[in-house]
Amino acid sequence: MTLIAPPRARPRGPSASLLDRFGHAVVRVFEPPFRALQRILGVRRMPYVFLLPNAVFFGLFVFLPIGINLVYSVTGGTALFPSQRPYVGPEQYAYLLDCGSYLDPSTCREDHFWRGVANTLKFTVFQMVAMVLFSLLAALALNRPIRGRGFFRAVFFFPVLLSPVVVALIWKWILQRDGLLNAAVTSLGGQKILFFVDPSWAMFWSVFVSVWAHMGFYTLILLAGLQAIPRDIYEAAEMDGTRPWRVLTRITLPLLWPNLLVVLVLVLIRSVQVFDEVFVLTGGGPGTATQMIVQYIYTTAFANQVQNFGLAAAASVLLGAVLFVLTLLQLFLTRRRAA
Amino acid sequence: MKKTGWAVGCALALSVLGSGYAQAQTTLRMMWYSDGNEGEVMADLLKRFEDKNKDIKVVLDQVPFKATNETLPVQLAAGQGPDMARTTDMGGIAPYMLDLRPYLKDAATFERNYAPFLEWMRVPGDAKSIPGYMTQLTVTGPFVNKTLFEQAGVPMPSPKATWEEWAKAVNTVADKVQAPFPLALDRSGHRFFGLAVSQGAKVMDAKGDPAVIDEGFKRAAQLVVDWHKSGVMSKELWGSVSGAAYRGANEEFKNAQVVMYLSGSWQIAQFDKTVGDAFDWVAVPTPCGPANCSGMPGGAALVGIKATKHPAEVARVLEYLASDDVVSEFYSRTLFVPGNLAVAKKGVQYPSASPQAAAALKVFGDAVASIDPVAYKIQGWTNSRIVFNAVISRLGQAVAGETTLDEAYKRIETDVAQQIAERNKKQ
Repeated sequence: MTLIAPPRARPRGPSASLLDRFGHAVVRVFEPPFRALQRILGVRRMPYVFLLPNAVFFGLFVFLPIGINLVYSVTGGTALFPSQRPYVGPEQYAYLLDCGSYLDPSTCREDHFWRGVANTLKFTVFQMVAMVLFSLLAALALNRPIRGRGFFRAVFFFPVLLSPVVVALIWKWILQRDGLLNAAVTSLGGQKILFFVDPSWAMFWSVFVSVWAHMGFYTLILLAGLQAIPRDIYEAAEMDGTRPWRVLTRITLPLLWPNLLVVLVLVLIRSVQVFDEVFVLTGGGPGTATQMIVQYIYTTAFANQVQNFGLAAAASVLLGAVLFVLTLLQLFLTRRRAA
Repeated sequence: MKKTGWAVGCALALSVLGSGYAQAQTTLRMMWYSDGNEGEVMADLLKRFEDKNKDIKVVLDQVPFKATNETLPVQLAAGQGPDMARTTDMGGIAPYMLDLRPYLKDAATFERNYAPFLEWMRVPGDAKSIPGYMTQLTVTGPFVNKTLFEQAGVPMPSPKATWEEWAKAVNTVADKVQAPFPLALDRSGHRFFGLAVSQGAKVMDAKGDPAVIDEGFKRAAQLVVDWHKSGVMSKELWGSVSGAAYRGANEEFKNAQVVMYLSGSWQIAQFDKTVGDAFDWVAVPTPCGPANCSGMPGGAALVGIKATKHPAEVARVLEYLASDDVVSEFYSRTLFVPGNLAVAKKGVQYPSASPQAAAALKVFGDAVASIDPVAYKIQGWTNSRIVFNAVISRLGQAVAGETTLDEAYKRIETDVAQQIAERNKKQ
């Protein structure tokens, strides 16, 4: 078994492209040391050599920060460098988890954290339902042979290309007291609505803006799934005189289920991580009605005068644990689908 | 050939000398935020400094105000950051400030001119260091849209009127002219304490330990909540964001939507420039409470940073900028209340100010005399920002209807205690 293939003949003649020549030159430079390495390590160990650069990169920028975060979570004080921070053990976790009732944030010592958890849960539920529903409807509509289908696909996908901050600023401009929406409301004889002062409206618009910004991406996933369903199944159903609703519930949705699962899990993970859009749109208000858990972490670590890195790190470890479980769920579902 | 050789030799020698000169120039970085035109004025003064001091170049990094409160402390804790910075959080970054004394030509004059404010820049226990100078002294106080009062036909309350009298008057005006914001108060702990001190809040006990919730504080908090309930204050400022986030009403005031706006002297230049002839505005003395008619003092300082590699050069820049003539010109062009005692005594001329701005500057200048000693004590207190943030965060929740005031009081006390305990944890 040879892992490194013998060198190809050097490209010659006018038909050899510049890229071919360059590629060959690169191979000639790198081949001898790799052959030597293969002789020393053996063929079985060679894949690890090729994985090493990525592993180092991943370790430096993913695993090392996770490790540092864990260290911060068991230290206290305001010093920045871990070596200067006193060890406090699980104190930060105990502080975060000290609650009279987990269902009532006001009974918790760190009520802001639990308000963030409750808001994030609420946001996640609404966001998942709305995102899956509207993405599915859009995908079903765009899968039909309608006029200007390409144009509408582009329209749905366009907001995905925008920065979340830009999206939030655009909608803030539309929704503020003297914004476009209130101008429309007053021109129809209505009263101005202060959307960011009412907790229900603030949560509604946070979900709405997030769905508006991201549904194009999930629509594409579902559209790909719809187009993979064989046409002959629909033709058979049509010949049998099956009603459209029955076609949807008995053919389309069951066959689309693997894609729907992927969408559900991706939306779930994204919802739990939400920060930028909601922070720019509502600032977490009114009160703490739209303050999500990531905003709590940011505020605790950076915006407060006493920058409590330890408490913020402990909160992010807890959030990380939740995301880890969700990622495992996604992997499990994806693998089951592949099987 | 010989001539050519000489010419080449001379050119080489000159380029070597030139590069040596370029290498000798020290580049300093100054982090700066602006409320009005002070960034332009500072750039102008620095250019003048550089013309006289060819060996120093100062790069002015203009950043948003938020960056000086959130990014700068992290940079400093990491041993990074600029050589100089303009900050309002003097107590917060005091441990990272450079003591300029060994490098100043005339430390005595520097100290004499800025004496009362140097305390704000020092860590507890330090009574001698000179970290920088005041780019402005600020006083909180209200701006009133006089045109709206005239349109409503409501007389303006007298200079010694109480908060309640002003609240009633501005509410009547707003009702008559359909203004959405009768009274706007910056969503800031510092501004809230302008009201609270006049109600008798003391914030700390005799030993200097936190004692935030007292009768005066409760009176002020109750006023704010009641004003929100009755519509005197709109929830759009205090109730629409969370935590300790700052929210001002500059834009609303400039758009003539606010009858009375409690902010401070730093807004004068901005209003002078942006309001123009759109309407008449005036600064009025801070309304009175049962304790006094005091606002809160404050200000911004330009300080040297301890981590700089060029402390002598930093001191030269700051000594130049803090000198009487230069700083006087700075105050004059920016329409700032002077934070230099000698300049204040001599008086600052504001030739670029409109009659409205000049009148406002006089009101705020006069207000300095009526600032209560408690207000100075709070401003210079090392825990003041912890208290400000806790108060604004919890009162914001009460205003939004999420908690009761009693719950907010308990939370303020525990938040302050927890943050001070965390700060005091050392290895």
